Amino acid sequence: MHTPFLDTKIPEGPLEKKWSNYKKHAKLVNPNNRKKLEIIVVGTGLSGASAAASLAEMGYQVKSFCFQDTPRRAHSVAAQGGVNAAKNYKNDGDSVYRMFYDTLKGGDFRSREANTYRLAECSASLIDQAIAQGVPFAREYGGYLRNRSFGGVQVSRTFYARGQTGQQLLLGAYQGLMRQVKAEKVKLYARHEMLDLVLIDNKAKGIIARNLDTGEIERHGAHAVVLATGGFGKIYYLSTLAMGCNASAIWRAHKKGAFMANPSWTQIHPTSLPQSGPYQSKLTLMSESLRNDGRIWVPKDQNEKRKPNDIPEEDRDYYLERKYPSFGNLAPRDIASRAAKEQIDAGKGVGALKNAVYLDFSRALKEYGKNIIKERYGNLFDMYRKITGINAYDEPMKISPAAHFSMGGLWVDYELMTSINGLFAIGEANFSDHGANRLGANSLLQACVDGYFILPYTLSNYLATEIKVQKTDIQHKEFDIAEANCRKQLEGFLTTKGSKTAEEFHKELGRELYDKCGLSRSKKGLEKAIENIQKLRKEFKSNLIVPGDAAEVNSELEKAGRVADYLEVAELMCIDALQRDESCGAHFRQEYQTEDGEAKRDDENFSYSAAWEWTTNPSKPNLNKEPLIFEFVKPTVRSYK
Amino acid sequence: MKIYLKIWRQKDNLSKGSFKDYTVEDVNKDMSFLEMLDTLNLKLVKQGERPVEFDHDCREGICGQCGVMINGIAHGPLKNTTTCQLHMRSFKDGDTIYVEPFKAEAFPIVRDLKVDRSSLDRIITSGGFVSVDTGQAPEANSIPITYEEAEAAFDAAACIGCGACVASCKNSSAALFTGAKITHLELLPQGQKETHKRVAEMVEQMEKEGFGHCSNTEACQVECPENISVLNIARMNFEYNKSKLLVKK
Ligand SMILES: Cc1cc2nc3c(=O)[nH]c(=O)nc-3n(C[C@H](O)[C@H](O)[C@H](O)COP(=O)(O)OP(=O)(O)OC[C@H]3O[C@@H](n4cnc5c(N)ncnc54)[C@H](O)[C@@H]3O)c2cc1C
Ligand code: FES
Repeated sequence: MHTPFLDTKIPEGPLEKKWSNYKKHAKLVNPNNRKKLEIIVVGTGLSGASAAASLAEMGYQVKSFCFQDTPRRAHSVAAQGGVNAAKNYKNDGDSVYRMFYDTLKGGDFRSREANTYRLAECSASLIDQAIAQGVPFAREYGGYLRNRSFGGVQVSRTFYARGQTGQQLLLGAYQGLMRQVKAEKVKLYARHEMLDLVLIDNKAKGIIARNLDTGEIERHGAHAVVLATGGFGKIYYLSTLAMGCNASAIWRAHKKGAFMANPSWTQIHPTSLPQSGPYQSKLTLMSESLRNDGRIWVPKDQNEKRKPNDIPEEDRDYYLERKYPSFGNLAPRDIASRAAKEQIDAGKGVGALKNAVYLDFSRALKEYGKNIIKERYGNLFDMYRKITGINAYDEPMKISPAAHFSMGGLWVDYELMTSINGLFAIGEANFSDHGANRLGANSLLQACVDGYFILPYTLSNYLATEIKVQKTDIQHKEFDIAEANCRKQLEGFLTTKGSKTAEEFHKELGRELYDKCGLSRSKKGLEKAIENIQKLRKEFKSNLIVPGDAAEVNSELEKAGRVADYLEVAELMCIDALQRDESCGAHFRQEYQTEDGEAKRDDENFSYSAAWEWTTNPSKPNLNKEPLIFEFVKPTVRSYK
Repeated sequence: MKIYLKIWRQKDNLSKGSFKDYTVEDVNKDMSFLEMLDTLNLKLVKQGERPVEFDHDCREGICGQCGVMINGIAHGPLKNTTTCQLHMRSFKDGDTIYVEPFKAEAFPIVRDLKVDRSSLDRIITSGGFVSVDTGQAPEANSIPITYEEAEAAFDAAACIGCGACVASCKNSSAALFTGAKITHLELLPQGQKETHKRVAEMVEQMEKEGFGHCSNTEACQVECPENISVLNIARMNFEYNKSKLLVKK
């Protein structure tokens, strides 16, 4: 086991010098040696693809893995709104410092100053990089890049490519990756799922992966392993994530000694489409930009039967405008989501399942006319119609909160290295920059910055100590053990022969978690959730049904593995939420609120990141604390009244 | 509603496949097509049978992983819509629906409705990129690109790589897919420098993979979920011919 000492490796010096100081002193690897060093990168989203391509360009040998049939389908592809960068093209007073401060404050002062600053510092280069790759960002008529304001900040620093920013950024990274495949510096393993991490002498040296097309179990060795496996919001079952998103890669690394930090901090997005029935498999996000012109309301009377357009003004409650007069419908995500839940819980939800609130464009339509609204949101209105069959030019949309982004993830130090030597975590898979609440358009940025600009330095600094180390021997007994364990687990799923599918377990777990460890949490609820999750986990062991066998395409078997991990992660999330006797960002504990129902942070006792350590008993993890030291800014109360 | 399905089942690329009949009761009009298949699969698994394997991930029409032939049409009857975004309100109670994989020589069947589209990846690998390393990029605003140029490049770049164009083409041509990438990069100054090399390599790779020739039926654009224009194919051919001329000189 590891010593529970959390060395953050934050470099010396003033905030704005830390990263350049680090780079100045980081060890380099001689170009001749790079080709002898192998790196495994699991994940081909923005973080994984950018890292794999950049490392290959430097001359390292890279193996790149993803579970989709091609790297271009990683869920980064689904990001709509945009990506932030402190270019100050608008001359509106933006700067690296302001962006850093907005991010830190947005995260409710629960992230590491030095990391957050570096994110802002590297942001401008990302835009340069993307443009050079041919990413068609929005332009002004004169030909210069266009920006918009996003997510409750006062400057316009968001770059976007229609409503498909993630897709376009990812295609840029993917094409860079494929260029290195052509150069034979990257070997691609699509439709491969990582099942385990292999450590030799306490260092990450490889993975066990399953070829999802043939069922074959493979061993892959390397000098270092990078996990870029994205977020695990899919644990709530209904979420804005893709069906295959999972916690398995990071969880299995956790079980090998990597700490999990703040796992319960999940961003619940306020503007997703509501669930329409029990068959529903995912929730589609509607861009937050809709809140610029849409007004959110519910009927005042919970027994309201009239159609929305027939409900007169005096019978509507525009609750965001009422409660947060200065931000109104643009209140930050956590606040808007929580307020919606309050209304829905009070029985004022709308729609057949009474699980939504109205997002109404009638005033904007009257004020600007249909053409302008169409120009602004036409594609979103079309999408809404496609999914719901309803024309939102004629009647209000129905929206509801949905699990969206994992602020928590593997604990990493300033070098993005986990608590396992030689294991790095980048992108949404790590916990680093967003604190307890992520600002809109900051996570595409984080994924890219981690992969393009940070990891190439920090990983080299690590590999410089590995130059003399031989190629990893995949016949090593640690590989034998890991492979045998994976096979045993798969066999176990197949031979349980119960009566409940993995998906049924997942749905049940999701409901429990959304209910008790979602937008609002309480000690009582969390304790109950832990009890229920343990029961569910027990039932999973005896009552799962998976048809077919392991040596073939078997999507039910894939799901079983993911759900097995979710059933453990979920408990840790509840334990994490339970130990934090305060409210901060997305973590709202009912016991800790101000008189008017706002989050009450407790800096004196909880200004730390919780880094959980696996102990072999999922119900008894070890808590390590990384104190958050604010050297350069003073935490303030985050108020949007 | 009650829906009758005739679904293509095939164990792997070497086995013979056939249609099998299924009935799904309790289909709700607000279900997506894939959720209807989920409902069927749930029933099959509970009976201890192998579920129907199909590809999907994002389920919001952007990743391009889903895609089946529905009554002979790639992604089904609704225009500009991926399979995952198609909802059952497009069908009627009692309908019989044929569901098949995207078929093409360059898309070997993996199982049931799942096919291997890595041939599309290899087309991109052959030249569908800008040769820029991390760190080389100049300041983003140093090369202005007009609004119209950026929008036109975007129209081509919007391709989600699902392969519906190939599946809809009687020649199984990947011309729309390839033409879209060539156009996207050609319309931007960053990509223009390499157009000739790129187009020659990508077109050659396309042929190597066993995709057929384009005979201008334009079926691909009709079925494309992103409405990618066949003009991209014209541009590809034009650039290809130019590249050949230049090489000869
Ligand atoms: C609908 C939606 C909209 C969003 N909009 C925005 C936005 O407008 N702006 C913004 O900044 N952020 C947005 N985000 C967040 C942002 O998109 C993500 O945080 C970011 O793209 C994550 O990138 P990533 O590289 O970490 O992971 P991903 O892109 O999710 O990639 C994960 C990769 O890991 C692989 N993988 C996972 N597990 C395994 C395994 N076990 N074995 C092998 N491979 C594995 C997958 O195949 C995939 O390649 C949005 C998110 C969603 C869901
Ligand atoms: S599942 Fe992603 S496009 Fe249909």
